[in-house]
Amino acid sequence: MRVLVVDDSKTMRNIVKGVLATVGATAIEEASDGQDALSRVDAFKPDIILLDWNMPVMDGITFVKTYRVKNKTTPIIMVTTEAEKSRVMEAILAGVNNYAVKPFTPESLSKIIETTIAKAAAKKAA
Amino acid sequence: MSMDVRHINAFLEATKAVFSSMVKMPVTFEKPELSSRCGQYDVSGVIGLSGDVVGSVIVGFTKMSAVQIASSFAGCRLEVGTADFADAIGELANMIAGGAKAKFEGQSVSIGCPSVIIAPGHQVSSPSSAAGICIHCNTAAGRFTIDVAIQSSTKVQAAPITAAANGTKSAISANAAA
Repeated sequence: MRVLVVDDSKTMRNIVKGVLATVGATAIEEASDGQDALSRVDAFKPDIILLDWNMPVMDGITFVKTYRVKNKTTPIIMVTTEAEKSRVMEAILAGVNNYAVKPFTPESLSKIIETTIAKAAAKKAA
Repeated sequence: MSMDVRHINAFLEATKAVFSSMVKMPVTFEKPELSSRCGQYDVSGVIGLSGDVVGSVIVGFTKMSAVQIASSFAGCRLEVGTADFADAIGELANMIAGGAKAKFEGQSVSIGCPSVIIAPGHQVSSPSSAAGICIHCNTAAGRFTIDVAIQSSTKVQAAPITAAANGTKSAISANAAA
């Protein structure tokens, strides 16, 4: 499983990478903001994207809206402190597939990743 | 203007959640106090609040508590003065402020990007119109402080405090010009 991790915090990227090691990630690419992520997606071709919301240069929502113009299928999980219902709705309407609120336990994030991957696989098979 | 007890509880809950899930360290709280922003820290993460609640949040540490807490969060030893250390402190402040503001019911609040200040015994000040609450927190790694200051022009939709954390009753209010 190829995973793109997008967060301006290196600490958070390392924590997420630790979780990804437990759910079968085979290749991990990192980006520090939405613009950086856009520059990497075409070459890296992730199976799933884990994405922060509040980042400099380009935030997560803007990345999602831009990315979804061309790619409607690669699952995206927003991993963010933004926990209000209105924000979750905004993310889903933009094209996010699942949502993880910081702080999280490794177990909860790995469950969200596994669920998202399973749903995407089922949709592809249908 | 009086601080809303729900704001205080929001910060207590957010801090507890961050420490239990990501720092993996129990945290206990002392009784909240009025803050005059006189606290001195060796390391602090500072985040601005905007929208329906305008002010700032400081998460202030001694050098020792900062190193141990940040290292526990990151899962590896971090040294003061490194970019990784500042990043970890900033992210801790981000999650505490972000988790708290999500609990401000009926109020739309944004938080800014964190700033991290590293200087022995420094102080972070606020405008005199800001009413503040200080929460000292205790962990196995030492003590740190959450200092929240809200400006008087902020729209606050709640009754004044009548009960502080830990179940004790005390009136905590700061009167500021509207």
